[in-house]
Amino acid sequence: MMSHAFLQHYWWIVISLLGGLLGFLMFVQGGQTFIYSLPANAMQRKMIVNALGRKWEFTFTTLVTFGGAFFASFPLFYATSFGGAYWLWMLILFSFVIQAVAYEYRSKPSNVLGSNTYDIFLLLNGSLGPFLTGIAVATFFTGAHFSLDNLNRVTWQTNLHGLEALADIRNIALGFALLFLARVNGLLFLLNTVDDEEIISKARNKVLFNALFFLVFFLYFILTIFLKEGFAVEPATGEILVQKFKYLKNLLQMPPVLIVFIAGVAGVLYGIYITVFAGSRKGIWFSGAGSVMAVFALFLTAGLNNTAFYPSVNDIQNSLTLQRASSSRFTLETMMYVSFIIPFVIAYIWYAWRAVTQRKITAEDIEKDGHAY
Amino acid sequence: MIENIDLSLVSWSRAQFALTAIYHWFFVPLTLGLSFIIAMMETIYYRTGSEEWKRITKFWMKLFGINFAIGVATGIILEFEFGTNWSAYSWFVGDIFGTPLAIEGILAFFLESTFIAVMFFGWNRVSKRFHLVSTWLVAIGASLSALWILVANAWMQNPVGMTFNPETARNEMTNFLEVLFNPVAADKFLHTITSGFVLASVFVAGISAWFLLKKRETYLATRSILIAGIFGFLSSVLLAITGDMSARSVAKYQPVKFASFEALYEGKSRAPLVAAGILKKGEKGVGRKNMPEFIFAIEIPNLLSFMTGGSKDAYVPGIYDHIEGNPRAGILSFAEKKERGQKARETLLEYKKAKEAGDETKASDIAALFTSKDFRENYFRYFGYAYIDNPEDIIPDIRVSFYTFHLMVLLGFFFILLFALMLWFLFRNNIRKHKWLLWIMLLSIPLPYLASELGWVLAEMGRQPWIIQDLMPVSVGVTNLKSGNVQTTFWLFAVLFTALLIAEISIMVKQVKNGPEKTEEKL
Ligand code: HDD
Ligand code: HEM
Ligand code: HEM
Repeated sequence: MMSHAFLQHYWWIVISLLGGLLGFLMFVQGGQTFIYSLPANAMQRKMIVNALGRKWEFTFTTLVTFGGAFFASFPLFYATSFGGAYWLWMLILFSFVIQAVAYEYRSKPSNVLGSNTYDIFLLLNGSLGPFLTGIAVATFFTGAHFSLDNLNRVTWQTNLHGLEALADIRNIALGFALLFLARVNGLLFLLNTVDDEEIISKARNKVLFNALFFLVFFLYFILTIFLKEGFAVEPATGEILVQKFKYLKNLLQMPPVLIVFIAGVAGVLYGIYITVFAGSRKGIWFSGAGSVMAVFALFLTAGLNNTAFYPSVNDIQNSLTLQRASSSRFTLETMMYVSFIIPFVIAYIWYAWRAVTQRKITAEDIEKDGHAY
Repeated sequence: MIENIDLSLVSWSRAQFALTAIYHWFFVPLTLGLSFIIAMMETIYYRTGSEEWKRITKFWMKLFGINFAIGVATGIILEFEFGTNWSAYSWFVGDIFGTPLAIEGILAFFLESTFIAVMFFGWNRVSKRFHLVSTWLVAIGASLSALWILVANAWMQNPVGMTFNPETARNEMTNFLEVLFNPVAADKFLHTITSGFVLASVFVAGISAWFLLKKRETYLATRSILIAGIFGFLSSVLLAITGDMSARSVAKYQPVKFASFEALYEGKSRAPLVAAGILKKGEKGVGRKNMPEFIFAIEIPNLLSFMTGGSKDAYVPGIYDHIEGNPRAGILSFAEKKERGQKARETLLEYKKAKEAGDETKASDIAALFTSKDFRENYFRYFGYAYIDNPEDIIPDIRVSFYTFHLMVLLGFFFILLFALMLWFLFRNNIRKHKWLLWIMLLSIPLPYLASELGWVLAEMGRQPWIIQDLMPVSVGVTNLKSGNVQTTFWLFAVLFTALLIAEISIMVKQVKNGPEKTEEKL
């Protein structure tokens, strides 16, 4: 029989992995932010939109599954954060609702709102989606304003209900870091997917600039987080203590996580490097894998090694820990068996993707394939 | 906190959930049904190699895509709304309820979204066979997602497979198979999925009828009516059967809901079945609640007794039985249930006190109580009653339940008739000459949408005041927010979804007018 603690850690790792995948898949959002600045004409825009549009469902579904898995494994987080930081999550949701219809409706006749509206939807989702998600993720490190009563019901301590997170510069930094990472990945994805000289050279020119912004924000976030105190759990009593350099210590005390983190960052940088300086179109493979690893490691740092993964800045003893927020042992174990299906799911996704994307997207294909956005 | 819940908060939260669920349900049944119809059509194309069938498949597939996108858009809101608006609920039952939602994502949504890409973009990129398999997998994925979400919903109607843990103050899953094989879930799944089949069949038949009326696309239209007619006929018969199964399971697990949609106040033997009726303010009431009475009713003598109990002398309990109690039928009174619920709640508070006082032996004694069969079945089961002040509060709105149910059933029989007529004239090969039928087919398109929404209104409003039957009233499950927040999001959703719905319908109509394969898409 597996111990409850083992299962809690297992599930945090699964959640982190889903988070990492989501971080990478936001390349769709990143790509959407170039919908006005990259294409020179309507046909080019159509190519870009169609290249991205064939992938939007995956990002979306990953987000949904991320939410579902979080609910099932750490319901107290689900209840506390979603119920409390109401407006932050609602804005994230709105930004995804408008995306889901935008691709399908933008080029259809009689679409009422006009093509341009749907393109604006894509732009909004592309920029707000990653930015706000980054803010929400940053609160795993910087904390949130809640308290819980003895029946674990949440009360949020500000009337802004989540919007107060926008006032913390560290949160903003991660928001922008995720946004620019998504933009870089979006460009690299387009370079790899679209067969059009003009788009390719323009996309390539934009990589370096966006990469620099990503680096600045990312480094700022990482440094402030590593240098600040964090919230540690005393495993025996469940008591929460403030500890200096907690997150830096986490990385150093968990070498595998450190390695994943460094490899992830290196992967992203390498992907950028070969694109900008070596004329490669395959950068997305490295920066994509790197993004998964880096975000994965960030999540691991937030929750493992006796850390409170969702700190309360109002009452630190109310901070959520893996022990406190998780489902029962039985549920986690049942869910673990279900999670064994995930590799199989990834395998068929891979297989189906390959089948559909063997050939790159050209102008004629969009019409021939029959379902154009 | 719970003792002074802001009622307008509860109302706005319910309104918001209802709004988003109703919008979601505008699109879901078509996805459920049309995916199978498309798969059948493509199978014919695969077998015959006929380009005509490929055109037919692709035409309906296009409409499918338009509907699918907005179904997805509205669905994500619902999933997160459990957290944003029902956070107390999400903690109280998240240990059980989250599981089917997570499985839905892992097992069903990925299947759907992966193979839908092959279905839409793979025509020239993968083999015919792979494409066909993909189309079927989309249909299966849609049904699987329905299965899991309905397992979750059924658990709220009939909570099984769990034990309350006083330490964490929540219910914890102890038997996954019980949750999965919840009899209510089986009924819900079968009834819901067949309602989707019927809806999609009416949709396909109605649009095809329009083509015939316009004397266009005759081949596509008659073939489509053939498929929709057969599929629709079989499904509509199954729909009535599964509806009947659902009613019986409601009678068993949610008897107050049952009595209210039958508008049966006093329990009786030789109970008649009311096939149709009109309700008006009555004389009698429960507490402050006035019970509407029939001013007109078509009754079939003894049938209700016969159907529920197998004989005309069988006793069918009414609403009063559930308020006043009926020892002969083994029904506790409201007062008794409330007392037992309070006892369960006090026991929980005692546990908390013992814990705070550091009295571990007492605490573990009490904890053991919560796992004992007697306490669970006789006390904890009524936990939610502790929160309810007046007996009338456990009675849902009778008129809503009665009319939604009867209108849905009426429509159910109408669809059987409609499909039977279609098949009859189709096989005699002269459906085109019967304009009246074509018009009825066309004008019927909104009806299954109506029936389907009525079904959910019945199922969900009929179980008020419970968010989890007998365990938790809605007012206790709600997130502690200022109601202005929820009011604002309500209106934002209302405006956004309405705009998107209008866009969807407009695009759909345009695509139908354009017909197959000739769309002039703008850049
Ligand atoms: C032992 C119970 C039982 C059995 C054997 C059946 N039913 Fe039933 N049925 C019920 C128990 C029931 C019920 C629970 O009593 C319902 C639910 C609502 C109602 O008024 O009666 C019902 C309703 C109900 C309705 C809706 C009527 C209305 O309320 O307006 C229809 C159309 C049928 N049934 C049809 C059938 C058919 C065609 C059956 C088999 C040949 C059948 N039922 C067997
Ligand atoms: C209140 C509970 C519900 C929640 C939380 C919910 C959640 C969702 C979510 C998040 C999606 C989008 C998934 C994606 O990314 O593709 C979705 C779509 C879907 N849902 Fe729901 N849903 C609910 C009710 C239902 C019900 C009752 C059914 C059917 C019986 C259903 C069937 C579907 C189907 C078939 C889809 C696929 C896409 C489409 O809507 O056309 N859902 N749902
Ligand atoms: C033919 C006679 C029908 C009967 C006897 C019937 C019976 C029922 C009952 C008793 C419920 C409530 C179940 C609950 O509260 O748990 C229900 C719900 C529902 N019905 Fe029907 N129904 C019929 C026809 C239809 C039709 C024609 C449609 C739509 C095309 C439909 C769609 C639904 C839906 C979507 C629900 C909600 C899901 C559920 O609770 O299962 N039904 N039905």
